[in-house]
Amino acid sequence: MKIDIILAGVGGQGILSIAAVIGEAALSQGLFMKQSEVHGMSQRGGDVQSNLRISDRAIYSDLIPAGKADLVLALEPMEALRYLPYLSAEGWLVSNSVPYVNIPNYPEEDKLKESIARFQRKVILDVDSIAREAGSVRAANMVLLGAACPFLRLDYSGLQQAVRRIFERKGEAVVELNLKALSMGKALAEQEFKP
Amino acid sequence: MNSKLLLLADEAVAQAALDAGISGVYAYPGTPSTEITEYIQSSDKAQRENIHRNWSANEKTAMEAAMGMAFAGKRALVCMKHVGVNVAADPLMNSSISGVVGGLVFVAADDPSMHSSQNEQDSRFYGRFAMIPVLEPSSQQEAYDMTYYGFELSEKLGFPVMLRITTRLAHSRSGVVRREERAQNKLRFSDDPRQFVLLPVNARQRYKKLLAAQQDMQALSEASSFNAFFPGKDLSKGVVACGIAYNYLMENFPEGCPFPVLKVGQYPLPKTAIAQLLENCGEVVVLEEGYPLAEEMIGGLLNRGNKVTGRLSGLLPRDGELNPDIVAAAFGLKTTQLFEKPEVVMPRPPALCQGCGHRDMYDALNAAIAEYGERVKVFGDIGCYTLGYLPPFKALHACLDMGASITMAKGAADAGLEYAVAVIGDSTFTHSGMTSLLDAVYENSPITVIISDNEVAAMTGGQDSPGTGRLEAICAGLGVEPEHIRSLVPLKKNHDEMVRVIKEEMNYRGVSVIIPRRACIHTLNRKKNSKQ
Ligand SMILES: Cc1ncc(C[n+]2csc(CCOP(=O)(O)OP(=O)(O)O)c2C)c(N)n1
Repeated sequence: MKIDIILAGVGGQGILSIAAVIGEAALSQGLFMKQSEVHGMSQRGGDVQSNLRISDRAIYSDLIPAGKADLVLALEPMEALRYLPYLSAEGWLVSNSVPYVNIPNYPEEDKLKESIARFQRKVILDVDSIAREAGSVRAANMVLLGAACPFLRLDYSGLQQAVRRIFERKGEAVVELNLKALSMGKALAEQEFKP
Repeated sequence: MNSKLLLLADEAVAQAALDAGISGVYAYPGTPSTEITEYIQSSDKAQRENIHRNWSANEKTAMEAAMGMAFAGKRALVCMKHVGVNVAADPLMNSSISGVVGGLVFVAADDPSMHSSQNEQDSRFYGRFAMIPVLEPSSQQEAYDMTYYGFELSEKLGFPVMLRITTRLAHSRSGVVRREERAQNKLRFSDDPRQFVLLPVNARQRYKKLLAAQQDMQALSEASSFNAFFPGKDLSKGVVACGIAYNYLMENFPEGCPFPVLKVGQYPLPKTAIAQLLENCGEVVVLEEGYPLAEEMIGGLLNRGNKVTGRLSGLLPRDGELNPDIVAAAFGLKTTQLFEKPEVVMPRPPALCQGCGHRDMYDALNAAIAEYGERVKVFGDIGCYTLGYLPPFKALHACLDMGASITMAKGAADAGLEYAVAVIGDSTFTHSGMTSLLDAVYENSPITVIISDNEVAAMTGGQDSPGTGRLEAICAGLGVEPEHIRSLVPLKKNHDEMVRVIKEEMNYRGVSVIIPRRACIHTLNRKKNSKQ
């Protein structure tokens, strides 16, 4: 069993909390994992990614080779496309549909939509709105993680426990918000895609 | 598996140092080394045992303080990014002459591909230059084990030991198993009163000791379990894989590499195993992150005998970090990329945060200098404000190294530049801008220094800045005329005032310092969030 995931977004969007939850869940299931993160300059509003590798065998490289990722999980649609070269033939793209425009030459909406439409194996959701519905836009990353559940091959209850452990110190209300966001994302993705 | 800690390699280094019984960590922040010290700063044990963990003013002061601790018989960890090693090079080079009493591990964190740096220098050269052992981990577990072992090695040899990591490993997380905790050392001094007094008469003796120790260091490398030889059936090639390059090799040969492989984790390079590869294999491929240090040493200057290939020979790119795909190509293996990056994808460079005080400073500076055209140049420095080079500001004409803004402005003024402006951050100013300013004061150079003060080292994540609250006093103490030290609050509503002050000071033909001061909003937000 092996899952290679590329998490993508813009510095400050919170991809590292997604990585932390998946990592925690994987480790508690006795799996090996490696997760490389971006720290430093790019965190100032630049493009950031994290390579998350989970396996039942020892993992060598901290980086995922091109064409080998099972999942690109993105909090921003243009950032999702940036990592297409890493997706395998069976790989899935799960992304937020809401652009984060902080550069002057950000692509026009139609062109961006067209590029995404060309790619087949995908789940695209407005995770910001769903998170707002769940209680706060700050839980957008957990909606996205929920949407990735059908592809993760990790125990759902394990993910729930990981969410609990990671957000525990911020209080029960924050835990509940994130759990709700997670389950809403999962439900929506399951509507679009039935494994 | 659950007994494993999930740690960044940086955190694994920190945990190992704590477990190995350090009495202090000394460091100046710098990507990708910062998280080592931050981990120790947030550790209960460090607090309980009063392990030193405050930031130092720069890498040189960090290394010197660590040497003081090692002089006193206790164990010290020193951490910095690769370019910080240049700043600490003086004490580093002399620390191998004096040697140590307590163990000293010097962590150099290199940044190949320059993710957050101005060059990709390879610290292994410094280790070789200082003639001390260098350890280079390939995994988070090895980062832990090597740091732990590094302290034993340092005390056994009586010399500092370097640990070299690179960005990819430093910022990657994996499971790590700890070893037993060692107690801190007791205060203990050298039996030889000459050891640490590097007058020529003593230094010559100590240098002979360092030279004599080379044999021991070599022997330890030959026997080290961090240098592992894996036989292979196909002798057309042999592979020397240093540090994390080994991972990229094995990623491509998941069922085992067909060629014999020497995995290198401890330097000086193990000669016996390398000789064996050279003797038995048609070609020796050297995989290393950084400069072609091992390749050049193994091939020799002219490389007339064996076929030794790597970054130098052109088999692998000469610059940038390695990855599994680059290594696959070097072995003629196919990669399976199916999809192209669509053309609509634009680069997204980092930028100053919305609401950042540096923005207001640059708006004012650009307005102030507009009328002077080519008669003004702005010398930048290292920090968030370096992003002022990018649009929309396009404000900087230079950025070399920490502290250089002031001294380059001075040199350009010496050369006849009419308006030389330096832009430097508060942490960078106390790191190495103060001596630069003294040079300018000494000659009353006509330069305008803007210390854009956000009261932290923001670029590296908001660490304390030792100059906070003291900048005016420092400048006055260095001899800047008090009426030419101008403090401002960089806000939109103060724009006109700022423009006026910058113009006034540019037209003063001596040293002036302008200090726009407003707390880093990123740090403020983070503090607010962690309180919630
Ligand atoms: C010799 C050296 N040491 C450390 C660094 C890493 N570094 C880059 S920016 C920075 C902080 C700068 O802080 P400050 O000057 O206050 O500017 P700010 O980022 O807060 O705007 C550090 C420590 C470096 N580039 N070079």
